[in-house]
Formats: sequence, structure tokens, C-alpha cells
Amino acid sequence: MNLAYRDIRHSLGRFLLTCVGLGLLLGVVLAMIGIYRGLVVDALTIARAPAVDLWVVEANTRGPFAEASRIPGDIREAVARMADVTAAGSITYQTVEIEHGGDKLRLYVIGYELTRPGGPPQIAEGREIARSHYEMVADKSAGLTLGDRIRLGRHVFTVVGLTRHQVNSGGDPAVYITLPDAQKLQFDLAPPAARVELARGTGGSSRDTVNAVVARLHANASPEAVADTVHRWKHLSAITQEAQEFILTRSLVDRARRQIGLFTSLLLVVSAVIIALIIYTMTMEKLKQIATLKLIGAPDRTIIGMIVQQALALGFIGFAIGAALIVNIKDYFPRRVVLEPDNVMILGLIVFAVCLVASGLGVRAALKVDPATALGG
Amino acid sequence: MVAAPEPRPLVWVDRVSKHFGEGEARVDALREVSIDIYPGQVVALLGPSGSGKTTLLNVIGCILDPSSGSMELDGEKVLESGHWTRSNLRQLRLDKIGFIFQAHNLIPFLDATDNVALVLQLAGADATTARSRAMELLDYLEVGHRRSAMPAKLSGGEAQRVAIARALANRPRIILADEPTAALDSKRAGIVMDLLRKVAVDQEAAIIAVTHDEKIFDRFDRIFSLRDGRLDEGGAVTS
Repeated sequence: MNLAYRDIRHSLGRFLLTCVGLGLLLGVVLAMIGIYRGLVVDALTIARAPAVDLWVVEANTRGPFAEASRIPGDIREAVARMADVTAAGSITYQTVEIEHGGDKLRLYVIGYELTRPGGPPQIAEGREIARSHYEMVADKSAGLTLGDRIRLGRHVFTVVGLTRHQVNSGGDPAVYITLPDAQKLQFDLAPPAARVELARGTGGSSRDTVNAVVARLHANASPEAVADTVHRWKHLSAITQEAQEFILTRSLVDRARRQIGLFTSLLLVVSAVIIALIIYTMTMEKLKQIATLKLIGAPDRTIIGMIVQQALALGFIGFAIGAALIVNIKDYFPRRVVLEPDNVMILGLIVFAVCLVASGLGVRAALKVDPATALGG
Repeated sequence: MVAAPEPRPLVWVDRVSKHFGEGEARVDALREVSIDIYPGQVVALLGPSGSGKTTLLNVIGCILDPSSGSMELDGEKVLESGHWTRSNLRQLRLDKIGFIFQAHNLIPFLDATDNVALVLQLAGADATTARSRAMELLDYLEVGHRRSAMPAKLSGGEAQRVAIARALANRPRIILADEPTAALDSKRAGIVMDLLRKVAVDQEAAIIAVTHDEKIFDRFDRIFSLRDGRLDEGGAVTS
């Protein structure tokens, strides 16, 4: 006779409500883990999108994400000619805020050369940019659709393609336009300012400036060696892809990552305390029954089994509810929630361990119960 | 002509004492209490509050460690000079003793049948056998029609009869009852006492009940009174 199951069945509504409450709490923990993972993934997405091995940026900077970087556009040709480099492309990055559909929309504009590295990794809908001007590929999270016309600066762009999950470390959706368009957007002065500059005689300076040049290398080339060459002979900084990712996760989003990490840890501790309290309370409510069981001769293993099974059932059902909830609503979060199987499994194991430890408290209380208390007097 | 052998007592308690605390705080709950109860006897323990009746019941039920004395239950020496001779007293209780409580103490999440079957399963019976024997017992105690009812749905008398069925499940020959009729009216108290007497006769069991219920005194074979930890036999009530 399974006493744990009978007890649960007897007060099923109450037990399920407790499970739902615990499930919501564990759902929040899972969401925080997902947000934490999402932050890291988002931070790396833009850096991984061009699928390159080397980032050439302004000397003595760690650009283009962690610090500002501006280099002449012709650096790309110099880099492309270097040994072990198979392809190179110039890129610009900038954040703009526009009005669209009556709402403010923040976009992370990426300018790239159409036939070179730096463009969108995959097109989910529509096509790549085919014309030199005024076409854009936007991320779906921007809420744009194919054919939408968006004003950026002084020009109107048509959305010809859509990508998925292309956002910057701040969660702003990426839009890709051609490099000349991006350079105009980033470096062209407004007409009055341009007239002033022209009157000063400085308006004719070149706007062929980019934020970085990215390069792909031969499979057996050493990115560090090429980076060293760039640094020594071109008087620029060169960052390997690995170093760029390290900068992004350890520098750019480090505070946010640690903040969420700490909050998640606190939530885990709170969850553990609540689980322990629920199980302890469930046991304390049954002390008279436990005393009766002991008095009529039930061995300790029967009583321990009842408490541990109920604790594990509570944890398992609560966790399942929490996981189901978050899996189903994660796409409605404004920022990406990344739930990887290993994260979910680790939290499941933590909940399992917490339930076991918490049931230990209940078991301890149950084993201390004097069977004589069933008799009274 | 050979004389019939003297019957062995089912409960034999010899100079059992129990004290709580030491020094000035010492309380002597039992002082060299001796008692022997034979098969078929229904015995009452009377006494004012704090006189030691529940303590004596707890010692006979192997729930409380006595300070000194010896005891035999159903022919087995279980206490020798204040020390238990068995380490697993819970198994001893399961094998030899049935308990009936003042407030029936049925497990609230098991129905009447399972409350009885639980004791049998704890003793090693399989589920089918346990349920079958439980239903037999419920029928025997005239509460079979309520076999599927949860304890909360039983009346006081029905719940107490289910509790008696549970106490009888493993055919113990010693039944300890703590105020078994306290929660019942006089009619139902009489029915419960008649049932206990029937059990004592049918199963050759000894029944020891702590009670304050004067209206059932005439249902006991022997009445013992405890005062300040000392036991006196009040004499046979019925023949």
C-alpha cells in the first residue's frame, strides 16, 4: 500500500495547488536561467554572424563592440592581401532609433559589403540585399515585415529579407544594409552642418570610414599569428574571434550577466527554502498519523518512504509545471530566453537534491515523534 | 485424576516502576506495579488524572521504557530488570498488541478497509489477503457496509468499530484501549464494550482499558485502580 500516493489522492486539490505554486516559482528560476543564457547568446550573436576568424579595428582599442573603432575603408584591401587571409570585408555598426507604426523602434544597423563577409548569416524569409542602395534585411524581432518601408536618416529603405535571432547585446534587433548606405547614415552630416563644414573648407574629407574589417583565414592558419602581423605592420589592433567573444562575455555584458546570475542564485536559494518549508509543514501536519503508524508497528522505512516520495512528487510535478510554463511562454519575453537541455536538466537535478534534503528535515521530525503521543495522556 | 494446568497469564507485570526526572524534580509515575491478566479477561484501569494509568498502558504497550521490573507478554519475556529483551519493539507491537484509541486515530487518507488492511500488510500479508481479512473483520464488527467510507465520513461509533477491527487485524492476544468509549454515547459505548468482550472470548485475548466511563464499569471482569503510581485491585465485577 503506497501511503504517499493515498495521502496525495486524499487531498489532491491542495497538493496540486501547492505543486502549481512551486511550479510558478521554479518557472521564474528557469526563466531567469533562460534570460541569463539569452544575454550571453545575444551578446555573441552579432559577433558570430559574419563567421570570421579575425577582427581588425582601430589601434589600441578593443572594438567594435566594447569600444568605438574607426578605420579607413581601404584597410580591407590591405588585409585581404595578407597571407592566410581568404576573404575580408568592411563593416559598420550603429544604433538608431526610428518611429514605426507610431512606436519608437531601436535598431542595430549593420553595414556590410554585399559580396564579402559581414552579411546576415541566414535569411528566414525573403531574399538577401540585391541592390546597392535602399534595401535592408531586418530581424523578425523588430516587428517588420517584407515590403515595409523604413526611413533611416534621409533615405527610405525597403525590407527585402528577414532573419531570426539577430540582436545585439542590448537586445536591439539587427538590420543589415549595404556599406555605402551605412556609411552615409553614420558619417554624413545633416545639411546645415555640412554647409558649415564646407564653408570652413573641411567638408570634402573622405567618408570611407568603417568600424572594423573582418577576415576569414585558411583552415590551418593561426589567427594569433595573423593578428600579430596586422598589429606589427599595419599599426592596427587585430582581435581573434575567440578573443572577441571573450571580450563580449567577460567585458561588455559581464555586469548584467553577473547581476542576473546572482539574482538567479538568490531565487534558487529562496526556492530551496520554500520547498523545504512546504515539505516540513506537510510532515508536521501528519505527526499524529505518524505517531499512530509507529504505534501500530509501521517500520521507519514506511514512514521515511511516505515523506520522501511525497517530497519527490512535489518537486517533480512542480518542476514539470514550471518547465512547461516557460517553454510555452518564452517566446513572448521581450528579450531572448534560451533554455538549453543541460540547463533544464541541471535545475531538475538541483530540485531533486533540494527535495531530498528538504525531506530529510521532515524525516528527522517524523523519526523523533514519540508513538505514545498517539495515545494521548 | 490429573489436575488441569494453571493457565498462563497473557500479561504478567512484575514490580515495574517508572520515574521521570531526578532529585527534587523526580516524579514516581509507577511504584513496583505487579499485575497478571489471563486470556478472556476484560480489565479496567481507573484512577485520577496523573495517577499513572497511561504510563502503565504505555509500558505494557512497549512504548515507554520502565525504570525497573520485569514483564512477559503472551508467554514471551520482553522486559528483564528494567531492560527490554528485544531490540525491535515495533515488530513486537505489530505481532502481539492491538491498540484502540480514545479518538480512534484512523489514518484519514485511507478508507475503512485500508485502515485495517494496512496493519496486515505491515505484518507481511499481500494486498489481496489483507483486504479480504480486513473486510471479514469489518463484517464481524458489523461495520462492513461502510468498508469504502473515509474516516471523516464515519460516525463516532462506526469509526471506533473500524479502529477495533484494526486492533484485531493481526489477531493479537493483548489489546490495549485508551478511553475506548469516551467519545461515544452510552448506547454506543455499550455496543463497543460488548464487542470487546466478544473478542476477548472468541480470541482468548486479554483486554486492558483505561477508562473514566462509570456507565461501562459493569462490563469489566476486573477493575484496578491506580493512585500515586500504586496499583490496587478493586475486585471482580462480574463472575
